[in-house]
Amino acid sequence: MQYFCGIDIGASTAKLVIVDENGDVAARSMQRSGVDYTGVARENLDEALAAADLAEDDVSYSVSTGYGRDNVPWSDESMTEIACHGKGAWFNFRRQITVIDIGAQDSKVIHLDDKGRRTSFKMNRKCAAGTGSFLEEIALRLALPASELNGLAEQSTKDVTLGSFCTVFTATEILAKIRAGEKVEDIAKGAFRSIVKRVSEMDTIDGELVMTGGVVAHNPLLVSLVGEFYGRTALVPPDPQYTGAFGAALFAMEKGAKTC
Amino acid sequence: MTTATERKGLQATKQMRGVMGKYFAELAAGPEQGKKTAWCTSVGPAELLRSMGFNVYFPENHGAMLGATRMATDLIPEANARGFSPDICSYLTSDIGSYLKGETPLQKMGMEGPPKADVLIFNTNQCRDVKDWFQFYAREWDVPCLGVHTPRSIGDVDGPIVDDLALQTEALVEPLEELGGCKFDIDKLREVIILSRECTDLWKAILDTAASVPAPITFFDDTIQMGPAVVLRGTQDAVDYYKILLAELEQRAADGIGAIEDEKFRIYWEGMPVWGKLRDLSTQFMELKTAVVASTYCNSWIYEDLDPAEPFKGMARAYCRLFICRSEDRKEKYMEEMAAKYKVDGILYHDAKTCPNNSNNRYQMPQRLEAKLGLPHLVINGDLNDMRLYSEEQTRTNIEAFVEQLAER
Repeated sequence: MQYFCGIDIGASTAKLVIVDENGDVAARSMQRSGVDYTGVARENLDEALAAADLAEDDVSYSVSTGYGRDNVPWSDESMTEIACHGKGAWFNFRRQITVIDIGAQDSKVIHLDDKGRRTSFKMNRKCAAGTGSFLEEIALRLALPASELNGLAEQSTKDVTLGSFCTVFTATEILAKIRAGEKVEDIAKGAFRSIVKRVSEMDTIDGELVMTGGVVAHNPLLVSLVGEFYGRTALVPPDPQYTGAFGAALFAMEKGAKTC
Repeated sequence: MTTATERKGLQATKQMRGVMGKYFAELAAGPEQGKKTAWCTSVGPAELLRSMGFNVYFPENHGAMLGATRMATDLIPEANARGFSPDICSYLTSDIGSYLKGETPLQKMGMEGPPKADVLIFNTNQCRDVKDWFQFYAREWDVPCLGVHTPRSIGDVDGPIVDDLALQTEALVEPLEELGGCKFDIDKLREVIILSRECTDLWKAILDTAASVPAPITFFDDTIQMGPAVVLRGTQDAVDYYKILLAELEQRAADGIGAIEDEKFRIYWEGMPVWGKLRDLSTQFMELKTAVVASTYCNSWIYEDLDPAEPFKGMARAYCRLFICRSEDRKEKYMEEMAAKYKVDGILYHDAKTCPNNSNNRYQMPQRLEAKLGLPHLVINGDLNDMRLYSEEQTRTNIEAFVEQLAER
């Protein structure tokens, strides 16, 4: 059996997936990206190899992706996270899709045709609005851990609108809402709605809508709000935080198989 | 041996440095020699000024130098703090910041700084900012600021527009004579226009060589090689230099030598250069085996309307047929022709935050052209000079992902 590895070193977390020659996941691991990408890539690999009871030589080919993609000395090749998220998402649905990926530092809209070929993509502009960093800032402003935002927002009973393009200005808007006596759960939901607006401004949607990324994995409310906005179900692949790493592993499988 | 990341230098470049050095030395020596200095916008009536004996200085060229040397980002805040918004032209804010702080790349060339203007002559064909920029110096030095007001969003370059612009240009003659240029001589103007036209024809032929596959020159080389077309058009020096450069490029094209080793993809660059990142971007495209073969920007110094038989009308036509002051439908048609001529695989639009007039992705052009031509596009967000507005990582990933997409087609 041959194995292939994909590693996605994002701004916040590093994810690794090992697949076998059928594309089935054999192991995965996740670490905080930290500041030593090379070191964390190695830790990720060692952890996944141990979990699958594999040796490094069992991995025929590796592809790295994400911000730290060029800091993985043992990978055979690097590809962008746009290619890898698209690949990983399409593998699960195999029809024309538009992928909305929301990560810690960026959001992406990726269009794939019914053959899985990318036809276009957009990344957010320089601003953090519409990304995980935005939620972290809002959580800080509300004196909450970011992990509690989703649960709180689900209890919301009233629409609170946060309208600014800018994360810093949104934080100021929140101060005004607090002063006006708005409930924290309503403000939290307003923050999720703000992400939906920022992402929907980036591009249009063709085919089915698929969502991936760490922010999607941890905030199911965001998925339902996106679906509500577009009037359709937002599909989520299994383990959406790993979609980029999984896509990288699928590329490794294609490329590695060709070289064997 | 040349590797994928080594740029293939052009032999002619050394001579260009000599030509440009001579130009700046003449500017510096102007006051001692009793010559007056006129500042002129890069697409202003330079031919008229030259024919009347002025040394002609182009501050946009200085703006580009401030960007390319990455001095701009430290200088722009000086201008911002004095009321020039970070949202307006960063050539303007870089240049005024440079003046206020007394720092300029010209000091490395033995000059104290840009030559002080005796008169400033603008043409608003590019934007309103050029006039605002020149008026700052007019106030500083108490010198006249005159110019030509060109309309924007021009459809047909028709009779009334040309007549008006020709009259506006002709109206500069009298004050320029009074300001100490030589007496106006129409035959002298015709001579300068003949040289300017020759320069422009050669520059066009140089850019046209990139239609060859592989392209012997790229946009990144063009941004350096365009110096003489901007600051020396109307002189024999520019003509002589471009003959040398053209011969080298034609030889490269005949020998099948590309500027990019193993050229795989060809891209059109729409919008301003990112001056502070030219080298990084050039290297990235080289590594991706992608030639940026053409640009609207570098083609903006081609003026086929210049005509010694009709000096003023020819200048008027040339300087309002410019892409930047044309209507969206004319711009779209132009881009369509360029995409076909240079056989490009995709179009990159640079949305320069402080240059709305030269950011042509903002009114749906990428979507329209993609639907019409079937060519994918990419928009990168950045700026010509203000690197506070540029995200290295976002741009790098966007470009890499775009080339991946081209490879999938």
